[in-house]
Amino acid sequence: MADKSSSNAYWRANIRTIQLYLVIWFVCSFGFGILLRPMLSGIGIGGTDLGFWFAQQGSIIVFLILIFAYAARMNKLDKEHGVEE
Amino acid sequence: MDQFTLNLLVVGATFALYFGIAIWARAGSTAEFYAAGGGVHPVLNGMATGADWMSAASFISMAGIIAFGGYDTSAYLMGWTGGYVLLAMLLAPYLRKFGKFTVPEFIGDRFYSGTARVIAVICLLIASITYVIGQMSGVGVAFSRFLEVEASTGLFIGAAVVFAYAVLGGMKGITYTQVAQYVVLIIAYTIPAIFISLNLTGNPIPALGLFADAKSTGEPLLTTLNGMLADLGFSSYTQQSDTTLNMFLFTLSLMIGTAGLPHVIVRFFTVPKVSDARSSAGWALVFIALLYLTAPAVAAMARINLVNTVYPEGTTAAPLAYEARPDWVKNWEKTGLLKFEDKNGDGLINYVASKDANELDVNRDIITLANPEIADLPGWVIALVAAGGLAAALSTAAGLLMAISSAVSHDLIKGQINPGISEKGELLAARVSMAVAIVLATYLGLNPPGFAAQTVALAFGLAASSIFPALMMGIFSKRVNSKGAVMGMLAGLLTTLVYIFLHKGWFFVAGTNSFTDADPLFLSIKSTSFGAIGAMINFAVAYFVSNATDDVPADVQELVESIRIPKGAGAATGH
Repeated sequence: MADKSSSNAYWRANIRTIQLYLVIWFVCSFGFGILLRPMLSGIGIGGTDLGFWFAQQGSIIVFLILIFAYAARMNKLDKEHGVEE
Repeated sequence: MDQFTLNLLVVGATFALYFGIAIWARAGSTAEFYAAGGGVHPVLNGMATGADWMSAASFISMAGIIAFGGYDTSAYLMGWTGGYVLLAMLLAPYLRKFGKFTVPEFIGDRFYSGTARVIAVICLLIASITYVIGQMSGVGVAFSRFLEVEASTGLFIGAAVVFAYAVLGGMKGITYTQVAQYVVLIIAYTIPAIFISLNLTGNPIPALGLFADAKSTGEPLLTTLNGMLADLGFSSYTQQSDTTLNMFLFTLSLMIGTAGLPHVIVRFFTVPKVSDARSSAGWALVFIALLYLTAPAVAAMARINLVNTVYPEGTTAAPLAYEARPDWVKNWEKTGLLKFEDKNGDGLINYVASKDANELDVNRDIITLANPEIADLPGWVIALVAAGGLAAALSTAAGLLMAISSAVSHDLIKGQINPGISEKGELLAARVSMAVAIVLATYLGLNPPGFAAQTVALAFGLAASSIFPALMMGIFSKRVNSKGAVMGMLAGLLTTLVYIFLHKGWFFVAGTNSFTDADPLFLSIKSTSFGAIGAMINFAVAYFVSNATDDVPADVQELVESIRIPKGAGAATGH
């Protein structure tokens, strides 16, 4: 088992990463798709607006990128803090 | 060859494939029955999770609901994919490190309490059985159409097949079978969508066709659809009609429910390493996204084709005469899921928004299955879609029955009631609980609380309000103790359950409800959206109760420390 201070630093770095990614997750789905849709109504796309696209397709693409980015980031953090398997 | 024979051939061939794989990989020990020994590659695991995840709700029901709901129903698309982000970051890697087989085991150990484990089992059973009810209505629709029988007969046949299938293999059989099922279902979903997209827009990629120009009008497809709907008095497809509050809470409920559903979480116990748990969630979403990016296109295009069928001369001209109705209408009339009632006696199919004047009643759950028939695609495509729908429903129903049976036999009987039970006795208990679950779900599936995807959404609300908060607090807080977790789960589950029963009938018995989702009890929050509120109640109760009671013991705090770092993860173990 890794020593206490290194695993604490690892956990703090993980929490910071999660917070950042959850902000993006929220803004691209609940934000652009629902709450902020009126603000995006001027940007047209195929007979509707950008908010509709985010709600039906864009958010899903963002989710995909987020998960793989998180997996890559954590693999790096695992190594940096010496807690990898 | 007629359509019926073709359906039987294609569906029969895919079934032979699944059963063949299930027999080939038959489960031997209890460990294999539950979790396949822990050696499944992330990409294969992702594909199997995709099949497990995409049920009758996603395949059969969702596009139909979106076709009739438009933008308002985007919650299904965002909710059922966004939950994977939460799963990958907040739950999967830590639960994999914990290294046991079931969700109640984690809750029992982390909250050092048999009571917590039993309550987790109860939450899991309620959410899973609700989910299976939704699956059974989907299975019923699929079987009734392809065997050309009444919907309830289709349901009974479907229940028998699901049961035989789930008992035969364990998880091990299921993992490899589900990879095959994923392949069948994604092909079945995509091929008709490509045909239809080519017909309507000339674009071979449905996801892009949705935002392309319609061939018929030269205007964007969605503008064309909105124009048609406006002529008939329907609300706009792309504008919001639901309240923002309800849409927000519904999306949130589906997302956290996704991350709290035991049959999905269990998947991540079986990957070899903690880092694989993170990437497995990504791979699962890749395979799910293939269908989910296509679904909104299927929905909008199906609505256009439906309106075009009824109004062949355009929405401003007279509709089709009932006598001239196409074969697909006749076929679906046999199932009782599509009905025509000539209210004004003019012999024409008047399909309009006004409830009093509308004469065509289309069950939302038939849209995906009927889609290739509506678009007049070749017979083999129609047969393929029937096979795909059954694959989706079967794989998920089997996965859920596994989760139910392991909760009863492993967590409840072996973990609490009779720890000395033999392996044989445990397997028997697992199979008996599967049988009970399927009988109950079939009975309630005869009068389901909603269309398949709506019933499934209720299950997500229940999982969101009970299991997700307990798991998340168990990992991210060292302060939440057994009393807090128990009270939190109970408060979240009970408020959500009561709210659902008030709107959908007590214990889902039709007619016993006091409110409807059209006019809900609290603000504008529909019963499908209440899970998010239940989850907030769960978090709040757990926090306050924990702060008012004793600290978490030191050894449990160490357990939390250890699951937070990947180092030292072994293979998953049973006890």
